[in-house]
Amino acid sequence: MHIKITATILLFFSSLVVSATGLAVEISQAAMLANSCAGCHGTYGKSPGAIPAINGKSASFIVESLKDFQSGARPSTVMGRHANGYSDQEIQLIAEFFSKH
Amino acid sequence: MNTYDRRRFIKLLGGSGMMLASFNPLTVFAQSNNPSARVIIVGGGFGGATCAKYLNMFDPGLSVTLIEPSKRFTSCPFSNAVLSGMRDLDSISYGYHAHVKRGINVVHDKVTQIDAAAKKITLGNGEKLSYDRLVLSPGIDFRWEDVEGMNASDMELIPHAWQGGPQTTLLRDQLVAMKDGGTFIIAPPENPFRCPPGPYERVSLIAHYLQQHKPNSKILILDAKEKFSKQPLFMQGWEKLYPGMIEWVSGDTGGRIDHVDVKNKTIHSESGDKHQAEVINFIPPQKAGLIAHTAGLTNSDGWCPVNQRTFESEVHSDIHVIGDASIAGKMPKSGFAANSQGKVCAAAIVSAVHGTKMPEPSYVNTCYSLVSPDYGISVAAVYRFSDDKGIYKVEGSGGVSPKEADANFRKQEARYAKGWYDSITSDSFG
Repeated sequence: MHIKITATILLFFSSLVVSATGLAVEISQAAMLANSCAGCHGTYGKSPGAIPAINGKSASFIVESLKDFQSGARPSTVMGRHANGYSDQEIQLIAEFFSKH
Repeated sequence: MNTYDRRRFIKLLGGSGMMLASFNPLTVFAQSNNPSARVIIVGGGFGGATCAKYLNMFDPGLSVTLIEPSKRFTSCPFSNAVLSGMRDLDSISYGYHAHVKRGINVVHDKVTQIDAAAKKITLGNGEKLSYDRLVLSPGIDFRWEDVEGMNASDMELIPHAWQGGPQTTLLRDQLVAMKDGGTFIIAPPENPFRCPPGPYERVSLIAHYLQQHKPNSKILILDAKEKFSKQPLFMQGWEKLYPGMIEWVSGDTGGRIDHVDVKNKTIHSESGDKHQAEVINFIPPQKAGLIAHTAGLTNSDGWCPVNQRTFESEVHSDIHVIGDASIAGKMPKSGFAANSQGKVCAAAIVSAVHGTKMPEPSYVNTCYSLVSPDYGISVAAVYRFSDDKGIYKVEGSGGVSPKEADANFRKQEARYAKGWYDSITSDSFG
Protein backbone atom coordinates (compact mmCIF):
# COMPACT_ATOMS: atom_id res chain seq x y z
CA MET A 1 0.00 0.00 0.00
CA HIS A 2 2.84 2.33 0.91
CA ILE A 3 4.41 1.59 -2.35
CA LYS A 4 1.13 2.36 -4.05
CA ILE A 5 0.98 5.82 -2.38
CA THR A 6 4.56 6.48 -3.34
CA ALA A 7 3.82 5.49 -6.87
CA THR A 8 0.84 7.83 -6.97
CA ILE A 9 2.95 10.71 -5.71
CA LEU A 10 5.63 9.88 -8.23
CA LEU A 11 3.00 9.78 -10.95
CA PHE A 12 1.76 13.19 -9.80
CA PHE A 13 5.23 14.69 -10.05
CA SER A 14 6.05 13.15 -13.35
CA SER A 15 2.69 14.28 -14.72
CA LEU A 16 3.63 17.82 -13.70
CA VAL A 17 6.73 17.52 -15.79
CA VAL A 18 4.81 16.10 -18.70
CA SER A 19 2.04 18.71 -18.51
CA ALA A 20 4.50 21.53 -18.08
CA THR A 21 6.28 20.62 -21.28
CA GLY A 22 3.07 19.41 -22.92
CA LEU A 23 1.48 22.82 -22.38
CA ALA A 24 3.93 24.61 -24.63
CA VAL A 25 1.61 26.12 -27.24
CA GLU A 26 2.88 26.57 -30.76
CA ILE A 27 0.50 28.44 -33.05
CA SER A 28 0.45 27.08 -36.58
CA GLN A 29 0.92 29.11 -39.73
CA ALA A 30 -2.47 27.76 -40.85
CA ALA A 31 -4.17 29.28 -37.78
CA MET A 32 -2.43 32.61 -38.33
CA LEU A 33 -3.64 32.78 -41.94
CA ALA A 34 -7.14 31.43 -41.30
CA ASN A 35 -7.83 33.65 -38.28
CA SER A 36 -7.50 36.68 -40.50
CA CYS A 37 -10.48 35.38 -42.53
CA ALA A 38 -12.64 35.36 -39.38
CA GLY A 39 -13.12 39.14 -39.45
CA CYS A 40 -15.62 38.63 -42.31
CA HIS A 41 -16.44 34.92 -42.11
CA GLY A 42 -16.76 34.64 -38.31
CA THR A 43 -14.59 32.87 -35.75
CA TYR A 44 -13.47 29.50 -37.22
CA GLY A 45 -15.41 30.46 -40.37
CA LYS A 46 -18.79 30.16 -38.62
CA SER A 47 -20.47 33.23 -40.08
CA PRO A 48 -23.51 34.46 -38.16
CA GLY A 49 -24.87 36.62 -41.02
CA ALA A 50 -25.02 37.20 -44.76
CA ILE A 51 -21.40 36.28 -45.50
CA PRO A 52 -21.06 32.59 -46.40
CA ALA A 53 -19.86 30.29 -43.61
CA ILE A 54 -16.72 28.36 -44.62
CA ASN A 55 -16.24 26.02 -41.68
CA GLY A 56 -16.50 22.31 -42.37
CA LYS A 57 -16.28 22.70 -46.14
CA SER A 58 -13.94 20.23 -47.80
CA ALA A 59 -10.37 21.40 -48.25
CA SER A 60 -10.54 20.72 -51.98
CA PHE A 61 -13.67 22.86 -52.34
CA ILE A 62 -12.02 25.78 -50.51
CA VAL A 63 -8.83 25.48 -52.55
CA GLU A 64 -10.77 25.39 -55.80
CA SER A 65 -12.96 28.35 -54.77
CA LEU A 66 -10.00 30.53 -53.78
CA LYS A 67 -8.13 29.71 -57.01
CA ASP A 68 -11.24 30.47 -59.06
CA PHE A 69 -11.62 33.77 -57.21
CA GLN A 70 -7.97 34.53 -58.08
CA SER A 71 -8.44 33.82 -61.78
CA GLY A 72 -11.87 35.41 -61.94
CA ALA A 73 -13.41 32.12 -63.12
CA ARG A 74 -15.71 32.53 -60.14
CA PRO A 75 -17.05 36.10 -60.07
CA SER A 76 -16.96 37.88 -56.71
CA THR A 77 -17.37 41.26 -55.08
CA VAL A 78 -14.39 41.25 -52.72
CA MET A 79 -13.03 37.69 -52.63
CA GLY A 80 -10.90 38.12 -55.75
CA ARG A 81 -9.13 41.02 -54.04
CA HIS A 82 -8.48 38.85 -50.97
CA ALA A 83 -7.54 35.60 -52.75
CA ASN A 84 -4.78 37.40 -54.68
CA GLY A 85 -2.99 37.95 -51.37
CA TYR A 86 -2.18 34.25 -50.84
CA SER A 87 0.18 31.69 -52.42
CA ASP A 88 -0.94 28.18 -53.43
CA GLN A 89 0.70 26.78 -50.32
CA GLU A 90 -1.05 29.30 -48.07
CA ILE A 91 -4.39 28.54 -49.71
CA GLN A 92 -3.82 24.86 -48.92
CA LEU A 93 -3.16 25.67 -45.24
CA ILE A 94 -6.25 27.89 -44.99
CA ALA A 95 -8.42 25.24 -46.65
CA GLU A 96 -7.23 22.49 -44.32
CA PHE A 97 -7.81 24.68 -41.27
CA PHE A 98 -11.45 25.44 -42.12
CA SER A 99 -12.18 21.87 -43.23
CA LYS A 100 -11.45 20.79 -39.63
CA HIS A 101 -13.78 23.27 -37.89
CA MET B 1 5.65 4.01 6.05
CA ASN B 2 8.58 1.74 6.83
CA THR B 3 12.15 2.88 6.67
CA TYR B 4 12.67 1.41 3.28
CA ASP B 5 9.64 3.12 1.80
CA ARG B 6 10.44 6.47 3.39
CA ARG B 7 13.96 6.42 2.02
CA ARG B 8 12.71 5.40 -1.34
CA PHE B 9 10.03 8.12 -1.29
CA ILE B 10 12.57 10.85 -0.51
CA LYS B 11 14.87 9.52 -3.16
CA LEU B 12 12.05 9.49 -5.66
CA LEU B 13 11.07 13.04 -4.74
CA GLY B 14 14.63 14.12 -5.22
CA GLY B 15 14.61 12.34 -8.52
CA SER B 16 11.49 14.21 -9.61
CA GLY B 17 13.11 17.47 -8.66
CA MET B 18 16.09 16.58 -10.76
CA MET B 19 13.81 15.75 -13.63
CA LEU B 20 12.09 19.13 -13.43
CA ALA B 21 15.40 20.91 -13.20
CA SER B 22 16.82 19.08 -16.14
CA PHE B 23 13.77 19.83 -18.28
CA ASN B 24 13.62 23.47 -17.40
CA PRO B 25 15.19 25.37 -14.48
CA LEU B 26 12.35 26.60 -12.27
CA THR B 27 13.51 30.19 -12.35
CA VAL B 28 13.38 30.51 -16.13
CA PHE B 29 10.15 28.55 -16.07
CA ALA B 30 8.51 31.18 -13.87
CA GLN B 31 9.77 34.18 -15.84
CA SER B 32 9.42 33.42 -19.49
CA ASN B 33 7.84 30.03 -19.90
CA ASN B 34 5.12 30.38 -17.33
CA PRO B 35 2.03 28.78 -18.80
CA SER B 36 -0.22 30.86 -16.55
CA ALA B 37 1.43 34.16 -17.41
CA ARG B 38 -0.64 37.23 -16.59
CA VAL B 39 -1.74 39.29 -19.57
CA ILE B 40 -3.64 42.52 -19.00
CA ILE B 41 -5.48 44.19 -21.86
CA VAL B 42 -6.50 47.81 -21.53
CA GLY B 43 -9.39 48.86 -23.75
CA GLY B 44 -12.36 46.72 -24.81
CA GLY B 45 -12.94 47.89 -28.38
CA PHE B 46 -12.35 45.82 -31.51
CA GLY B 47 -8.61 45.49 -30.82
CA GLY B 48 -8.66 44.74 -27.10
CA ALA B 49 -11.73 42.47 -27.09
CA THR B 50 -10.34 40.41 -30.00
CA CYS B 51 -6.89 40.14 -28.45
CA ALA B 52 -8.35 38.93 -25.14
CA LYS B 53 -10.55 36.35 -26.87
CA TYR B 54 -7.77 34.94 -29.07
CA LEU B 55 -5.25 34.85 -26.20
CA ASN B 56 -7.76 32.69 -24.37
CA MET B 57 -8.46 30.55 -27.48
CA PHE B 58 -4.75 30.00 -28.17
CA ASP B 59 -3.95 29.18 -24.54
CA PRO B 60 -6.80 28.74 -22.04
CA GLY B 61 -4.17 28.44 -19.29
CA LEU B 62 -3.21 32.11 -19.53
CA SER B 63 -4.51 34.54 -16.94
CA VAL B 64 -6.23 37.18 -19.11
CA THR B 65 -7.68 40.38 -17.67
CA LEU B 66 -9.58 42.86 -19.83
CA ILE B 67 -9.96 46.35 -18.40
CA GLU B 68 -12.61 48.61 -19.92
CA PRO B 69 -14.52 51.43 -18.17
CA SER B 70 -17.82 50.86 -20.03
CA LYS B 71 -20.15 47.94 -19.39
CA ARG B 72 -21.10 48.12 -23.05
CA PHE B 73 -19.05 49.09 -26.08
CA THR B 74 -20.78 51.12 -28.79
CA SER B 75 -19.12 50.63 -32.15
CA CYS B 76 -18.20 53.35 -34.61
CA PRO B 77 -18.88 51.04 -37.58
CA PHE B 78 -22.59 51.29 -38.39
CA SER B 79 -22.99 54.38 -36.16
CA ASN B 80 -23.67 56.24 -39.42
CA ALA B 81 -26.70 53.97 -39.83
CA VAL B 82 -27.88 55.25 -36.43
CA LEU B 83 -27.44 58.84 -37.63
CA SER B 84 -29.61 58.12 -40.66
CA GLY B 85 -32.30 56.37 -38.59
CA MET B 86 -31.68 52.90 -40.09
CA ARG B 87 -30.65 51.43 -36.73
CA ASP B 88 -30.82 52.25 -33.05
CA LEU B 89 -27.83 52.62 -30.77
CA ASP B 90 -28.59 49.41 -28.92
CA SER B 91 -28.10 47.41 -32.13
CA ILE B 92 -24.46 48.56 -32.31
CA SER B 93 -23.63 48.04 -28.61
CA TYR B 94 -21.90 44.98 -27.13
CA GLY B 95 -21.34 43.65 -23.62
CA TYR B 96 -18.56 41.36 -22.41
CA HIS B 97 -20.60 38.33 -21.28
CA ALA B 98 -18.95 36.05 -23.81
CA HIS B 99 -15.53 37.05 -22.50
CA VAL B 100 -16.55 36.36 -18.91
CA LYS B 101 -17.94 32.98 -19.98
CA ARG B 102 -14.59 32.10 -21.53
CA GLY B 103 -12.88 32.71 -18.19
CA ILE B 104 -11.50 36.13 -19.04
CA ASN B 105 -11.44 38.45 -16.05
CA VAL B 106 -13.34 41.59 -17.12
CA VAL B 107 -12.80 44.66 -14.94
CA HIS B 108 -14.89 47.78 -15.51
CA ASP B 109 -12.57 50.56 -14.49
CA LYS B 110 -10.07 52.89 -16.10
CA VAL B 111 -6.30 52.65 -15.88
CA THR B 112 -4.70 55.77 -14.46
CA GLN B 113 -1.05 54.79 -14.42
CA ILE B 114 1.37 52.32 -15.93
CA ASP B 115 4.67 51.53 -14.25
CA ALA B 116 6.63 49.85 -17.04
CA ALA B 117 9.67 49.17 -14.83
CA ALA B 118 7.69 47.44 -12.06
CA LYS B 119 5.23 45.95 -14.61
CA LYS B 120 2.22 47.20 -12.70
CA ILE B 121 -0.85 49.20 -13.61
CA THR B 122 -3.02 51.32 -11.33
CA LEU B 123 -6.79 51.22 -11.64
CA GLY B 124 -9.16 54.15 -11.06
CA ASN B 125 -10.04 52.66 -7.66
CA GLY B 126 -6.37 52.77 -6.65
CA GLU B 127 -5.81 49.01 -6.89
CA LYS B 128 -2.53 47.90 -8.49
CA LEU B 129 -2.30 44.87 -10.78
CA SER B 130 0.89 43.13 -11.92
CA TYR B 131 1.37 41.84 -15.45
CA ASP B 132 3.83 39.76 -17.42
CA ARG B 133 2.56 41.29 -20.67
CA LEU B 134 0.40 44.37 -21.14
CA VAL B 135 -1.65 45.15 -24.25
CA LEU B 136 -2.98 48.66 -24.81
CA SER B 137 -5.83 49.15 -27.23
CA PRO B 138 -6.90 52.64 -26.16
CA GLY B 139 -8.25 53.92 -29.49
CA ILE B 140 -8.09 57.63 -30.19
CA ASP B 141 -8.16 60.90 -28.37
CA PHE B 142 -8.64 64.36 -29.87
CA ARG B 143 -6.03 67.06 -30.36
CA TRP B 144 -8.19 69.87 -28.94
CA GLU B 145 -4.97 71.76 -28.31
CA ASP B 146 -4.66 72.19 -32.09
CA VAL B 147 -8.23 73.43 -32.62
CA GLU B 148 -8.72 77.19 -32.59
CA GLY B 149 -11.91 78.40 -30.90
CA MET B 150 -13.08 75.06 -29.56
CA ASN B 151 -12.35 72.82 -26.61
CA ALA B 152 -13.54 69.40 -25.45
CA SER B 153 -16.64 70.73 -23.66
CA ASP B 154 -17.91 72.30 -26.91
CA MET B 155 -18.62 68.83 -28.28
CA GLU B 156 -21.96 69.11 -26.50
CA LEU B 157 -22.92 71.81 -29.03
CA ILE B 158 -20.85 70.69 -32.00
CA PRO B 159 -20.58 66.90 -31.74
CA HIS B 160 -17.72 64.91 -33.27
CA ALA B 161 -19.61 61.60 -32.98
CA TRP B 162 -16.29 59.90 -33.73
CA GLN B 163 -16.59 57.66 -30.67
CA GLY B 164 -19.82 55.67 -30.60
CA GLY B 165 -22.33 56.41 -27.84
CA PRO B 166 -23.90 59.63 -26.50
CA GLN B 167 -22.17 61.68 -29.20
CA THR B 168 -23.88 59.58 -31.88
CA THR B 169 -27.27 60.20 -30.24
CA LEU B 170 -26.57 63.93 -29.94
CA LEU B 171 -25.75 64.32 -33.62
CA ARG B 172 -28.79 62.23 -34.56
CA ASP B 173 -31.03 64.47 -32.42
CA GLN B 174 -29.61 67.60 -34.04
CA LEU B 175 -30.26 66.20 -37.52
CA VAL B 176 -33.81 65.28 -36.59
CA ALA B 177 -34.39 68.83 -35.23
CA MET B 178 -32.93 70.46 -38.34
CA LYS B 179 -35.39 72.30 -40.62
CA ASP B 180 -35.91 71.32 -44.24
CA GLY B 181 -33.66 73.55 -46.30
CA GLY B 182 -30.99 73.74 -43.61
CA THR B 183 -27.28 73.13 -44.07
CA PHE B 184 -25.29 70.32 -42.48
CA ILE B 185 -21.53 70.84 -42.38
CA ILE B 186 -19.10 68.02 -41.79
CA ALA B 187 -15.41 68.76 -41.31
CA PRO B 188 -13.18 65.68 -41.64
CA PRO B 189 -9.65 65.91 -40.19
CA GLU B 190 -6.23 65.57 -41.72
CA ASN B 191 -4.52 62.16 -41.97
CA PRO B 192 -4.00 59.94 -40.11
CA PHE B 193 -7.34 59.46 -38.40
CA ARG B 194 -9.75 56.71 -37.36
CA CYS B 195 -11.72 55.14 -40.23
CA PRO B 196 -10.61 56.99 -43.40
CA PRO B 197 -13.86 56.32 -45.38
CA GLY B 198 -16.04 57.03 -42.31
CA PRO B 199 -16.79 60.74 -42.86
CA TYR B 200 -17.86 60.07 -46.45
CA GLU B 201 -20.12 57.18 -45.53
CA ARG B 202 -21.59 59.54 -42.93
CA VAL B 203 -22.24 62.13 -45.62
CA SER B 204 -23.90 59.46 -47.76
CA LEU B 205 -26.26 58.11 -45.12
CA ILE B 206 -27.16 61.57 -43.81
CA ALA B 207 -27.91 62.56 -47.43
CA HIS B 208 -30.16 59.50 -47.61
CA TYR B 209 -31.99 60.65 -44.47
CA LEU B 210 -32.28 64.27 -45.65
CA GLN B 211 -33.49 63.24 -49.08
CA GLN B 212 -36.35 61.33 -47.49
CA HIS B 213 -37.26 63.84 -44.78
CA LYS B 214 -35.74 67.25 -45.63
CA PRO B 215 -35.09 67.18 -49.37
CA ASN B 216 -34.23 70.88 -49.72
CA SER B 217 -31.29 70.60 -47.34
CA LYS B 218 -27.62 70.79 -48.29
CA ILE B 219 -24.45 69.06 -47.11
CA LEU B 220 -21.13 70.88 -47.15
CA ILE B 221 -17.89 68.98 -46.60
CA LEU B 222 -15.05 71.20 -45.44
CA ASP B 223 -12.13 68.82 -45.76
CA ALA B 224 -8.63 69.27 -44.39
CA LYS B 225 -7.36 66.95 -47.17
CA GLU B 226 -6.89 67.00 -50.92
CA LYS B 227 -8.37 63.57 -51.50
CA PHE B 228 -10.13 60.88 -49.53
CA SER B 229 -10.70 57.13 -49.29
CA LYS B 230 -12.79 55.54 -52.10
CA GLN B 231 -13.30 59.09 -53.45
CA PRO B 232 -14.27 58.22 -57.05
CA LEU B 233 -16.74 55.60 -55.81
CA PHE B 234 -18.33 57.90 -53.25
CA MET B 235 -18.60 60.77 -55.72
CA GLN B 236 -20.08 58.50 -58.36
CA GLY B 237 -22.69 57.34 -55.84
CA TRP B 238 -23.48 60.87 -54.66
CA GLU B 239 -24.07 62.08 -58.23
CA LYS B 240 -26.32 59.15 -58.94
CA LEU B 241 -28.30 59.07 -55.69
CA TYR B 242 -28.22 62.61 -54.29
CA PRO B 243 -27.65 64.99 -57.22
CA GLY B 244 -26.98 68.58 -56.20
CA MET B 245 -27.16 67.92 -52.46
CA ILE B 246 -23.48 67.43 -51.53
CA GLU B 247 -20.59 69.85 -52.02
CA TRP B 248 -17.02 68.79 -51.22
CA VAL B 249 -14.39 71.49 -50.63
CA SER B 250 -10.80 70.24 -50.56
CA GLY B 251 -8.21 71.63 -48.15
CA ASP B 252 -6.46 73.78 -50.75
CA THR B 253 -9.67 75.25 -52.16
CA GLY B 254 -11.04 76.55 -48.85
CA GLY B 255 -11.73 73.39 -46.86
CA ARG B 256 -9.05 73.91 -44.21
CA ILE B 257 -10.43 75.48 -41.06
CA ASP B 258 -8.89 78.48 -39.35
CA HIS B 259 -11.21 78.54 -36.35
CA VAL B 260 -14.64 77.52 -35.14
CA ASP B 261 -17.11 80.03 -33.73
CA VAL B 262 -19.09 77.69 -31.50
CA LYS B 263 -21.65 80.24 -30.29
CA ASN B 264 -22.68 81.27 -33.80
CA LYS B 265 -22.22 77.79 -35.25
CA THR B 266 -19.92 79.23 -37.87
CA ILE B 267 -16.72 77.84 -39.35
CA HIS B 268 -14.06 80.26 -40.58
CA SER B 269 -11.85 78.74 -43.24
CA GLU B 270 -8.18 79.52 -43.76
CA SER B 271 -9.14 81.13 -47.06
CA GLY B 272 -11.30 83.68 -45.16
CA ASP B 273 -14.72 82.22 -45.96
CA LYS B 274 -17.43 81.96 -43.31
CA HIS B 275 -19.82 79.00 -43.25
CA GLN B 276 -22.82 79.03 -40.94
CA ALA B 277 -24.90 75.89 -40.50
CA GLU B 278 -27.74 74.49 -38.43
CA VAL B 279 -25.81 71.34 -37.68
CA ILE B 280 -22.03 71.05 -37.64
CA ASN B 281 -20.12 67.80 -37.28
CA PHE B 282 -16.56 68.84 -36.61
CA ILE B 283 -14.24 65.82 -36.42
CA PRO B 284 -11.12 67.02 -34.61
CA PRO B 285 -7.55 65.99 -35.50
CA GLN B 286 -6.53 62.89 -33.57
CA LYS B 287 -3.86 61.18 -31.52
CA ALA B 288 -3.50 57.92 -29.58
CA GLY B 289 -5.81 57.39 -26.58
CA LEU B 290 -4.85 59.21 -23.38
CA ILE B 291 -3.29 56.29 -21.47
CA ALA B 292 -0.71 55.79 -24.25
CA HIS B 293 0.49 59.35 -23.62
CA THR B 294 0.43 58.97 -19.83
CA ALA B 295 2.57 55.85 -20.19
CA GLY B 296 5.06 57.67 -22.44
CA LEU B 297 4.48 55.32 -25.38
CA THR B 298 3.82 57.96 -28.06
CA ASN B 299 6.11 59.75 -30.49
CA SER B 300 6.07 63.47 -31.36
CA ASP B 301 3.10 62.92 -33.71
CA GLY B 302 1.03 61.50 -30.86
CA TRP B 303 0.93 57.84 -32.04
CA CYS B 304 2.70 54.73 -30.72
CA PRO B 305 5.69 53.28 -32.57
CA VAL B 306 5.72 49.48 -32.28
CA ASN B 307 7.49 46.45 -33.66
CA GLN B 308 4.94 45.81 -36.41
CA ARG B 309 5.49 42.04 -36.23
CA THR B 310 4.53 41.69 -32.56
CA PHE B 311 3.05 45.12 -31.73
CA GLU B 312 5.48 45.39 -28.81
CA SER B 313 6.18 49.03 -28.04
CA GLU B 314 9.48 50.47 -29.24
CA VAL B 315 9.59 52.45 -25.98
CA HIS B 316 8.84 49.87 -23.26
CA SER B 317 9.33 46.11 -23.49
CA ASP B 318 6.48 43.73 -22.58
CA ILE B 319 3.92 46.41 -23.47
CA HIS B 320 2.08 45.98 -26.78
CA VAL B 321 -0.03 48.63 -28.51
CA ILE B 322 -2.67 47.66 -31.09
CA GLY B 323 -5.47 49.33 -33.02
CA ASP B 324 -5.86 53.01 -33.87
CA ALA B 325 -3.24 54.11 -31.33
CA SER B 326 -0.43 52.13 -32.97
CA ILE B 327 1.64 52.96 -36.02
CA ALA B 328 0.93 49.89 -38.12
CA GLY B 329 2.70 50.50 -41.43
CA LYS B 330 0.33 50.44 -44.40
CA MET B 331 -2.72 49.38 -42.40
CA PRO B 332 -5.44 52.00 -41.92
CA LYS B 333 -6.88 52.89 -38.53
CA SER B 334 -10.05 50.80 -38.60
CA GLY B 335 -12.02 48.44 -36.38
CA PHE B 336 -11.21 45.63 -38.78
CA ALA B 337 -7.48 46.39 -38.69
CA ALA B 338 -7.62 46.45 -34.87
CA ASN B 339 -9.34 43.04 -34.88
CA SER B 340 -6.66 41.63 -37.19
CA GLN B 341 -3.86 43.16 -35.11
CA GLY B 342 -5.41 41.80 -31.91
CA LYS B 343 -4.96 38.25 -33.26
CA VAL B 344 -1.39 38.80 -34.44
CA CYS B 345 -0.53 40.36 -31.07
CA ALA B 346 -2.16 37.44 -29.22
CA ALA B 347 -0.08 35.01 -31.29
CA ALA B 348 3.09 36.99 -30.54
CA ILE B 349 2.41 36.95 -26.79
CA VAL B 350 1.48 33.27 -26.58
CA SER B 351 4.57 32.32 -28.62
CA ALA B 352 6.80 34.44 -26.40
CA VAL B 353 5.30 33.11 -23.17
CA HIS B 354 5.81 29.51 -24.28
CA GLY B 355 9.12 30.08 -26.01
CA THR B 356 7.70 28.68 -29.25
CA LYS B 357 8.09 29.93 -32.80
CA MET B 358 5.66 32.67 -33.77
CA PRO B 359 4.03 32.04 -37.15
CA GLU B 360 4.70 34.67 -39.80
CA PRO B 361 2.07 37.36 -39.25
CA SER B 362 -0.70 37.81 -41.80
CA TYR B 363 -3.05 40.76 -41.51
CA VAL B 364 -6.20 41.78 -43.35
CA ASN B 365 -8.37 44.84 -43.65
CA THR B 366 -11.84 45.03 -45.17
CA CYS B 367 -13.94 48.17 -44.88
CA TYR B 368 -17.42 48.42 -46.32
CA SER B 369 -19.21 51.74 -46.71
CA LEU B 370 -22.87 52.24 -47.43
CA VAL B 371 -23.62 54.97 -49.95
CA SER B 372 -27.28 54.15 -49.35
CA PRO B 373 -28.95 51.21 -47.58
CA ASP B 374 -28.82 49.24 -50.86
CA TYR B 375 -25.61 50.60 -52.30
CA GLY B 376 -22.35 49.30 -50.81
CA ILE B 377 -18.69 49.80 -51.72
CA SER B 378 -15.58 48.31 -50.18
CA VAL B 379 -11.83 48.53 -49.81
CA ALA B 380 -9.71 45.55 -48.84
CA ALA B 381 -6.11 44.37 -48.60
CA VAL B 382 -3.92 41.56 -47.31
CA TYR B 383 -0.76 42.60 -45.45
CA ARG B 384 2.51 40.97 -44.44
CA PHE B 385 5.57 42.04 -42.49
CA SER B 386 9.22 42.43 -43.42
CA ASP B 387 12.08 43.90 -41.41
CA ASP B 388 12.78 46.65 -43.93
CA LYS B 389 9.22 47.56 -44.94
CA GLY B 390 7.27 46.90 -41.73
CA ILE B 391 3.64 46.02 -42.50
CA TYR B 392 3.18 46.19 -46.27
CA LYS B 393 0.35 45.35 -48.65
CA VAL B 394 0.79 42.11 -50.58
CA GLU B 395 1.29 43.06 -54.21
CA GLY B 396 -1.73 42.26 -56.35
CA SER B 397 -4.05 41.93 -53.37
CA GLY B 398 -6.76 44.34 -52.31
CA GLY B 399 -8.11 47.53 -53.78
CA VAL B 400 -11.54 49.11 -54.01
CA SER B 401 -14.79 47.95 -55.61
CA PRO B 402 -14.85 48.38 -59.40
CA LYS B 403 -16.01 51.77 -60.66
CA GLU B 404 -18.02 50.09 -63.39
CA ALA B 405 -20.48 47.87 -61.59
CA ASP B 406 -24.21 47.41 -61.90
CA ALA B 407 -26.90 47.98 -59.26
CA ASN B 408 -26.88 44.30 -58.32
CA PHE B 409 -23.19 44.39 -57.49
CA ARG B 410 -23.68 47.45 -55.24
CA LYS B 411 -26.68 45.80 -53.63
CA GLN B 412 -24.71 42.63 -52.96
CA GLU B 413 -21.95 44.68 -51.32
CA ALA B 414 -24.55 46.45 -49.15
CA ARG B 415 -25.78 43.01 -48.07
CA TYR B 416 -22.22 41.92 -47.34
CA ALA B 417 -21.61 45.15 -45.39
CA LYS B 418 -24.27 44.03 -42.93
CA GLY B 419 -22.93 40.47 -42.95
CA TRP B 420 -19.42 41.81 -42.40
CA TYR B 421 -20.67 43.78 -39.40
CA ASP B 422 -22.39 40.71 -37.91
CA SER B 423 -19.19 38.71 -38.34
CA ILE B 424 -16.65 41.23 -37.09
CA THR B 425 -18.69 42.02 -34.00
CA SER B 426 -19.20 38.33 -33.18
CA ASP B 427 -15.50 37.61 -33.84
CA SER B 428 -14.54 40.45 -31.48
CA PHE B 429 -17.22 40.34 -28.77
CA GLY B 430 -18.86 36.92 -29.16
